[in-house]
Amino acid sequence: MGQPKIDTSPKVSDEIRKTTCYMCACRCGINVHLTSGKVTYIEGNRDHPVNKGVLCAKGASGIMQVTAPSRLQTPLRRVGPRGSGAFEPISWDEALDLAVSWMKPLRETAPEKLAFFTGRDQSQSLTGWWAQAFGTPNYAAHGGFCSVNMAAAGIYTIGGAFWEFGQPDWKHTNLFVLFGVAEDHDSNPIKIGIGKLKARGGKVVSVNPIRTGYNAVADDWYGITPGTDGLLILSLIHCLLEVGKVDLDYLARWTNAPLLVNGAEGPEKGLILKNAESQPFVIDRRTGMPAPWDGQGVEPDLGAVWQGHRTVFQHMAERYLSDEYAPEAVAERCGIPGPRIRALAAELSRAAFDQAFTLPIKWTDFRGDTHDHMVGRPVSFHAMRGISAHSNGFQTARALHLLQIVLGSVEVPGGYRLKPPYPKPVEAHPTPHFVAAPGKPLSGPHLGYVRGPENLALKEDGTPWRIDKAFTWENPFSAHGMMHMVIPNAHAGDPYRIDTLFLYMANMAWNSSMNTAKVMEMLTDKGPDGEYVIPRIIYSDAYASEMVAYADLILPDTTYLERHDCISLLDRPISEPDAAGDSIRWPVVEADRDVRGFQSVLLDLGARLGLPGMVNPDGTPKFKDYADYIVNHQRRPGVGPLIGWRGDGTKTGRGDPNPDQLARYIENGGFHQAHVPEGASYMKPWNAAYQDWAVETSFYETPQPYLFNIWSEPMRRFQLAAEGQGFIQPPDHLRDRLKVAMDPLPLWYPAYGDEGAEDYPVHALTQRPMDMYHSWGSQNAWLRQIRGRNFLYLPTKIWVAEGFVDGDYARVTSPHGEITVPVAHMAALNPDTVWTWNAIGKRKGAWALDEEASEAKEGFLLNHLISELLPERGDGRRWSNSDPVTGQAAWFDLRVRIERVGPQEKAQPQFDTLPRVVPQGEGR
Amino acid sequence: MKPAPSVILFTTLSGLGFGFLALLGLGLIATQGWPAFFHWAFGYALAVGGLLSSTFHLGHPERAWRAFSQWRSSWLSREGVAAVATLLILAPQALSDWLGLGWGQGFGILGAGGCAATVLCTAMIYAQLKTVPRWHHWTVPATYLAFALTGGLILAGTGLWATGAALGLGLLLAYGWRVGDSAFARAGVDLASATGLSGLGLPQVFEQPHTGGNYLMREMIFTVGRRHAAKLRTLTLILAAGLPALAAAILPVLPALILGGLSHLAGAMAQRWLFFAEAEHVVGLYYGRTSGKS
Amino acid sequence: MTCLPAHTDKRLGLVIDLDTCVGCQACVTACKGWNDQGYGAALSDQDPYGADPSGTFLNRVHSYQVTPHDGGTAKIINFPRSCLHCEDAPCVTVCPTGASYKRSEDGIVLVNEDACIGCGLCAWACPYGAREMDQEAQVMKKCTLCVDRIYNENLPEEDREPACVRTCPTGARHFGDFADPDSTVSKLTRDRGGVPLLPQLGTKPVNRYLPPRPKDRPEEASLLAPLLDIKATGFAGWLDRMLGKLD
Repeated sequence: MGQPKIDTSPKVSDEIRKTTCYMCACRCGINVHLTSGKVTYIEGNRDHPVNKGVLCAKGASGIMQVTAPSRLQTPLRRVGPRGSGAFEPISWDEALDLAVSWMKPLRETAPEKLAFFTGRDQSQSLTGWWAQAFGTPNYAAHGGFCSVNMAAAGIYTIGGAFWEFGQPDWKHTNLFVLFGVAEDHDSNPIKIGIGKLKARGGKVVSVNPIRTGYNAVADDWYGITPGTDGLLILSLIHCLLEVGKVDLDYLARWTNAPLLVNGAEGPEKGLILKNAESQPFVIDRRTGMPAPWDGQGVEPDLGAVWQGHRTVFQHMAERYLSDEYAPEAVAERCGIPGPRIRALAAELSRAAFDQAFTLPIKWTDFRGDTHDHMVGRPVSFHAMRGISAHSNGFQTARALHLLQIVLGSVEVPGGYRLKPPYPKPVEAHPTPHFVAAPGKPLSGPHLGYVRGPENLALKEDGTPWRIDKAFTWENPFSAHGMMHMVIPNAHAGDPYRIDTLFLYMANMAWNSSMNTAKVMEMLTDKGPDGEYVIPRIIYSDAYASEMVAYADLILPDTTYLERHDCISLLDRPISEPDAAGDSIRWPVVEADRDVRGFQSVLLDLGARLGLPGMVNPDGTPKFKDYADYIVNHQRRPGVGPLIGWRGDGTKTGRGDPNPDQLARYIENGGFHQAHVPEGASYMKPWNAAYQDWAVETSFYETPQPYLFNIWSEPMRRFQLAAEGQGFIQPPDHLRDRLKVAMDPLPLWYPAYGDEGAEDYPVHALTQRPMDMYHSWGSQNAWLRQIRGRNFLYLPTKIWVAEGFVDGDYARVTSPHGEITVPVAHMAALNPDTVWTWNAIGKRKGAWALDEEASEAKEGFLLNHLISELLPERGDGRRWSNSDPVTGQAAWFDLRVRIERVGPQEKAQPQFDTLPRVVPQGEGR
Repeated sequence: MKPAPSVILFTTLSGLGFGFLALLGLGLIATQGWPAFFHWAFGYALAVGGLLSSTFHLGHPERAWRAFSQWRSSWLSREGVAAVATLLILAPQALSDWLGLGWGQGFGILGAGGCAATVLCTAMIYAQLKTVPRWHHWTVPATYLAFALTGGLILAGTGLWATGAALGLGLLLAYGWRVGDSAFARAGVDLASATGLSGLGLPQVFEQPHTGGNYLMREMIFTVGRRHAAKLRTLTLILAAGLPALAAAILPVLPALILGGLSHLAGAMAQRWLFFAEAEHVVGLYYGRTSGKS
Repeated sequence: MTCLPAHTDKRLGLVIDLDTCVGCQACVTACKGWNDQGYGAALSDQDPYGADPSGTFLNRVHSYQVTPHDGGTAKIINFPRSCLHCEDAPCVTVCPTGASYKRSEDGIVLVNEDACIGCGLCAWACPYGAREMDQEAQVMKKCTLCVDRIYNENLPEEDREPACVRTCPTGARHFGDFADPDSTVSKLTRDRGGVPLLPQLGTKPVNRYLPPRPKDRPEEASLLAPLLDIKATGFAGWLDRMLGKLD
């Protein structure tokens, strides 16, 4: 018998449709193969700027998401008690009429009584615009419990952040240093980058208590103690200053290091010294005299002292040269020996300075000075939630940006590069808008960047305008809102009661809330009048998550392959450092259920409510659906959600709506790129060619060159207020805290969770696995086989000391609660840290899983150990468990103690089975 | 390895059957006429029953005929060929014995050789596997052959011959276990060489590739408690060797045959269960599930 | 058929870089996705939403922790495991029906599912756990090296590589012909000291694993020399020295 003949060229599929993945926030391009109208295979799109053909485990499993039994089927109205799972199917007209009957009176009387918060929303420019038109101040997405520290610290310091808003110059960088990380932003690009860097012989260094994933391939691993990253970073800066290895030229030209800090006592103390035209100025080294900060030919003097006022540089150097930041002084707290810290500083210095190179790029800076080359500093960084989800996260993130700056490695070849529309200074961002008036839209966007106490969202009586208390003295820079405080505050009626809670894609009854059990109670709690304390809850999601059971009205969304979306430059685009980019999703398969894309539903609701911008003068809906909006909506004349193929199809950035726009996107694989012109791709904040291109491409109306803010004036304004200066004053109990937290120079203070945590000696963290995104993996027939349960990983020290053996469970106690969970041993782990995978644990009955599913039985969340409020302090007050600057949820401040309890059947706590809104899944 | 009932039945019954058939073939059980018919039928029933039960182990038994094709390389194929050939070769002998045709002992002797070859092939299915160090040893075919011979002698009611064989089997089993217990370690395989990470240090499992189960883990990673195994070994020795030896030595033929035969078969099954359950597959290294060095 | 070919023209296989694999599982589901609709029977899943889900996967990624013998910093190594397309493939020779075979043209080890009786012996013979019996189709499934991709004229040239290689975000997987000394896989194996797995079992695997580069080396280079003695000069002295460098 011979070898069988096989067909090595089978037909792959009938058709490939190219759209954008939504299995996480990375937004890769995908080729969806269809055979007989069914999705048969999903692979990465090779032409796509984000993933260049590769695709992660989640992306390739999208096919299981489109057929998941947990998909909601039809609009539902609650008929039994809330949380009982008693729903009746209703038509879309009934559903929308019901929603309008709840919302319309609110808009006419008290728009703030509608709170609209979105979770893993990728359409915030629409949802925000809708909420603005409705007139409620209570809108935000989930950044407040995600990584706002990272975003805000970046914007306030370098005019751009980590997240996916920038990336290392993978082509030129030699040393990549990773501090913590969240896997769902820029995940494939980072993997591609690490792979390329390693192939070139470059080095990866990771600073993370846990050595998994990217940390596993790191050539050097610093297993830092959680919450001390800021201390380590400032110690690195100490080392660099000590030996003079900082980029003085860069500091003098492109940062506010040469600006003068007002040294005179009084209301201006610590602010940047201004001239008669209210402009900051520098001392020109050529003349020793004041000169405009942006004057041509000016050589700013970092060492200047003028009329007793010293430069930012001197303040900075003096602070970090202090012995308190010496490696030996921080080593024990960081869990990293002093010599290792010095070695890392030496490595940074070697990469930045000994391996410096130049690229022969001619360019002109904003001062009008021309240069015939650019200096490359091949050291780059990335960080995310690991350093930011602490109550010292904002200052830590700022410290990291400062480290980048002193190395001269932001926006230079080999360094960290921002992606259009970033860089963008604080000044180019809006301030928050929050004044609600019956029947009127809000005067501007909700979320913005506060410049001083005058921008806080406080009423005249000092109470917050917003239900989440964003932009208040407790968290002045809460640029992403504080979704995690909405339910507790609404339940407490603090600062006021709301009527309708409108949520989209946010699993607040489970893994997206701290204090999960309590939140479930809050959602079903009734007042003395027998009414629910939160009277109405509308929820939209595509799947039967834990949250669905707590809604009064469910608006079923489509899956990501059945919908239109736009990944817009007005929101969070898919740009690369060398190109602005946006993309779309489009229905590559038709929904087979009575579901509608949430964005289309929102526009329909808006039209029914008669919201401005959503109805024609004759009262008819302005947009047929989201696709219509994507093409025809104009935020400013000529500027819409998508930049590609505008006008007659030849215009990029600005141009009239083009009815063929979506077709052109589809033809191009679902995305558009506008390439940064040659010579404009580095030094963007200061590069005249880039600034001109950015205006042309619609990012802003005029060039916006700026200096990096080593010294943050907005922060100092709050510090001044805390010191008693100015008319707008913080409450007394927050003064001391503000004085520290709002320091205009990065600093480190112990995480608030450490206070009074002596009985809880161990840090507890979660990480998101690369193969799961939030809860979504649990309903995926392939992904849940990979990770259908989680363990609490214990370091060798604890494993041995407590006598743990395989199969054991541990009781984990925090100041807030207790869980009993399965454990496993991990050697490559900080000795004082335990951790688990995030959001693997599920509630029984949710996600169409069997009640005995491992996710529900052995899987667990750490959320039960975390409260949104810290234990009572000496003054009887409870601080919120968040960063005092931005309000970011301090998930990673968690401290616990661990006790061995031996083998158990199930993880604890267990909750009642969640009533099913969809039947349990059977076959695939 | 998972002790699948179909494979335990297959190897024990067919082993016993071929052992008995071999003795018939050699003419060591001299019968004629209907007694001969029943003897041969019994032998055939055991052997064929065993072979049939092996097909329950197959995903596609309807394609079992294909298994006769690869005798050049595959012990499993050889086993099939040998079994069928042996059963065919012995048929004339059986007819001759039953009907008194007087065709001599030629087919029988040839067939007895076939029986031995078949049992050897069965054993070699396991013994060939370097991936299961406990099996990859001469004691495995020796044990299979010894079982066949002992079983045959017991069923043939051969008295002290059976006693001797049973005692020999007992010794062989004990020796097999002894060398088997250190086989995995002697094979020189460990997680370091399975992953190529030996230069780095001592590798241990951190996370399993899937938290869900899979075929490999169900089929090839089976753990049996040490104490449980020790008990079963003792039981095996008593049932497969001790009792039948004693029965054959002291009891009259028929009771010795029935009691000894049943005891021996039960012992064989216990031995076979252990044979699988105690066998560690190299793939267990990847899952951190071997008693050898991890 | 189950006799191995004396010689194969090509020796196609994979190089897997353990220095770069971050354990993201992308190759696992890309493989599942492609082969669920590709060569032979679909890769079924049992009880996919139930208490004990399980299914056929042709590639699984293990994760090991390695503690250096000298007690140094522990490491995590992610370790993808799939068929190594052995030259002396025991899974082929044990097959009673000839369903399992090694292609003479390129050395790919395949299962002719129409001839597979589902006896499972090949999976027993494989030391690497490369074969899984599909519980629905009841035939043996294994990595085909995407034989229905690598020669597929319906795919663009650049896509004619295994699905796991195409999808790998870090580029830790490489596909090629080990018989060609100038191929990427041959070069990588030479340059990085690619190793076979369990060579002592005599299977002669084609695939090679690139060991992790040395990590966590103690800092060898001398640390940075201080600019001057700040204690002695004070901040002013430091500043003078520092800014003097500007010129």
